[in-house]
Amino acid sequence: MTDLSTPIDDRHRRPAHPAQAPLLRLEGLGFAHRGRTLLHDVSLTLPPRGRTLILGPNGAGKSLLMRLAHGLLAPSSGRIHWQTHSSGRPLRQAMVFQRPVMLRRSALANLTYALAAQRVPWRRRRGLAAAALERFGLGGLADRPARVLSGGEQQRLALARAWALAPEVLFLDEPTSALDPASIREVEAAVLAFHGQGTHVLMSTHDLNQARRLADDVVFLHEGRVVEHAPAERFFAEPRTPLARAFVSGELIW
Amino acid sequence: MPETDNAFQSALTLLLSLDPMLVSIVTLSLQVSLAAVLIGAVIGLPLGAALALWRFPGRGLVVTLLNAFMGLPPVVAGLVIYLLLSRAGPLGNLGLLFTPTAMVIAQTLLVLPIIAALTRDHIDTLWQEYREQLSSFGITRLGAMPGLLWDARFTLMTVVLAGFGRASAEVGAVLIVGGNIEGVTRVMTTAIALETSRGNLALALGLGLVLLGLVALVNAAAYLIGERARRRLG
Amino acid sequence: MRRSRRGSHRSHSPRPAVMALSVLSLVSTLAAGTAAAADKVLLLASTTSTEQSGLFDHLLPRFHNATGIEVRVVAVGTGQAFALARRGDADALLVHDPAGEAALIAAGHASERADIMFNDYVLIGPTEDPAAIDEAPTAAEAFARIAAAEAPFTSRGDDSGTHRAEQRLWAAAGIEPSAPWYRELGSAMGATLNTAAAMDAYALADRASWATFVNRQALAVLFECDEALFNGYASLLLSRERHPHLRHDLAEQWHDWLLSEEGQDAIAEFRLDGEPLFFPAVL
Repeated sequence: MTDLSTPIDDRHRRPAHPAQAPLLRLEGLGFAHRGRTLLHDVSLTLPPRGRTLILGPNGAGKSLLMRLAHGLLAPSSGRIHWQTHSSGRPLRQAMVFQRPVMLRRSALANLTYALAAQRVPWRRRRGLAAAALERFGLGGLADRPARVLSGGEQQRLALARAWALAPEVLFLDEPTSALDPASIREVEAAVLAFHGQGTHVLMSTHDLNQARRLADDVVFLHEGRVVEHAPAERFFAEPRTPLARAFVSGELIW
Repeated sequence: MPETDNAFQSALTLLLSLDPMLVSIVTLSLQVSLAAVLIGAVIGLPLGAALALWRFPGRGLVVTLLNAFMGLPPVVAGLVIYLLLSRAGPLGNLGLLFTPTAMVIAQTLLVLPIIAALTRDHIDTLWQEYREQLSSFGITRLGAMPGLLWDARFTLMTVVLAGFGRASAEVGAVLIVGGNIEGVTRVMTTAIALETSRGNLALALGLGLVLLGLVALVNAAAYLIGERARRRLG
Repeated sequence: MRRSRRGSHRSHSPRPAVMALSVLSLVSTLAAGTAAAADKVLLLASTTSTEQSGLFDHLLPRFHNATGIEVRVVAVGTGQAFALARRGDADALLVHDPAGEAALIAAGHASERADIMFNDYVLIGPTEDPAAIDEAPTAAEAFARIAAAEAPFTSRGDDSGTHRAEQRLWAAAGIEPSAPWYRELGSAMGATLNTAAAMDAYALADRASWATFVNRQALAVLFECDEALFNGYASLLLSRERHPHLRHDLAEQWHDWLLSEEGQDAIAEFRLDGEPLFFPAVL
């Protein structure tokens, strides 16, 4: 994998807002589907900087919380406040899914399509897309159909696609759960690279060690409720709730 | 079977002599069916995609009707268009009855439900898969439509070919609204029906072979284009 | 990478070509449709028998030379021809059903009728002739023998001129034909003859259709030349009041030409394999 430390273009910028304003505030967020309440009264305030890891066993509501925050689903109750630019422009967001969704086109076209959706002028699309592919070591596969790539390559392509979009907020929904160790290392390196560009990363995982490696901030969910929200160091050193303690010590079964 | 031997002979003679009557019949057949398929695709592809993308009251009814119309007997389609275009009908003033345009309209009525219904089916599957990713890109349903149609292009090409097959094979509709007028509205299938009713079975079968060859040619061309592109783009 | 991308681009190039072709064909098709309305074109509804005999291929070029009018023939059963006339979808008619013609005039749809030509019906059947109709003295007797032998008989059953003539002949013989030996097909003349050939059945056909029918197998003419088998063709002009939009002037030229010496001569000249199939009614 190539070096990810330098910005690919001027679109990678930190939000223009004062660093003190919280990135995201959730107030009493709830979600019910077919009469079942899947998320209960979630209130959270995410710090203006850093990587937030959403932890919890399967079925805790991690993916759901991210989809609500990203706007893929509408909450049944509660409110979502995002930090904006001083101009009022919302932050640019992107999401990488557990199973990458690849369009039935070439790897390159998967990126240019997303750039077109973001209204990037078409003259710049190809250059940005090619640079992003190169950065994730996919330059040689640009013309290959995206759907014949291996699982690891597809996830890298999904990251490259997100990278090309130069998001200010990036959601990653269990991006490594189906990957081999080498691919997992690449995804984690990418997370660091995004962070290095000033992108806010919100990532869900049920892998405790991965969370230890990546997190600045931890939200711990269980059965649709926020059990604990704390800076990573404090969360891993001294979890305050019994459930979190069980999780951190590896005792929580799922 | 002497008829079959003679049929191959007739087909060969017809083709090799490039009989001007045959050429005009074949040309008109292709014009009418391709025009019907083109109109059917221009309306049916977006219509099918829209039915896959949007939920609205009565959508189930529309989809059911569309599926039912896939089996619309050509004679019925012909009769409906005849009643519309007849002088005594609502569109009689246009004077379109017994013209190629009337045949295009009737075949469009046959082709459109096939294209729209099958497109809806394919786009629905694709949309289930793409939906979250596309809305993550900030793409609306309307904005997603061209991309979905493009990504389904290989399947949709087969859909359009199925429409072409139906259009070029049917005789009931074009016979009623076209009138099988020599040199004006006579196409392959009505010519075959005419020769059959003359008891000229060898010539009828010969024409049938020419029609079959033609349809096979169109399908083969589309298949080859599709395969080449598919191998490149997956 | 660049080269292969161009390659894949090239593989799409037939798509615009096909699109352009279809658009072209569409435009030309529509243009053909509108051009038809502009020219001196007459739409004639006639019977399949006259069309299939090749008579029109013989008559229409002569008429076109004389008048510059292009006649387009929609060949349908006589019943359907009457329906076209009633709805105002044909400019003129050339049919062979006296009763139906009278009804059309009585209903005010047709304004004028003239006998143009005639030939006759023939009774077709398998050469073994199980009902022995070739020795029958009259047409009525021939039909009676078929009924008595309960030999298979295929009827058009499509309300055509020939079907109506056949029903008159059964009535004249005092017989109400019925299944299983009497088979109503609901088909055109050719299809009926094809079926008769396949099941060795008797059938009534107009002489022109029989003369042009190829797939005869064991079928042959078994009974002919009886006054009851007369088959007259008439030209009908449609009512100007009922159907003002029709091309009445062209229709009148056609009608008059058929009755003229030139038209009648042309009908008399028409031969199929050296045999005359239609006889002028006026000369």
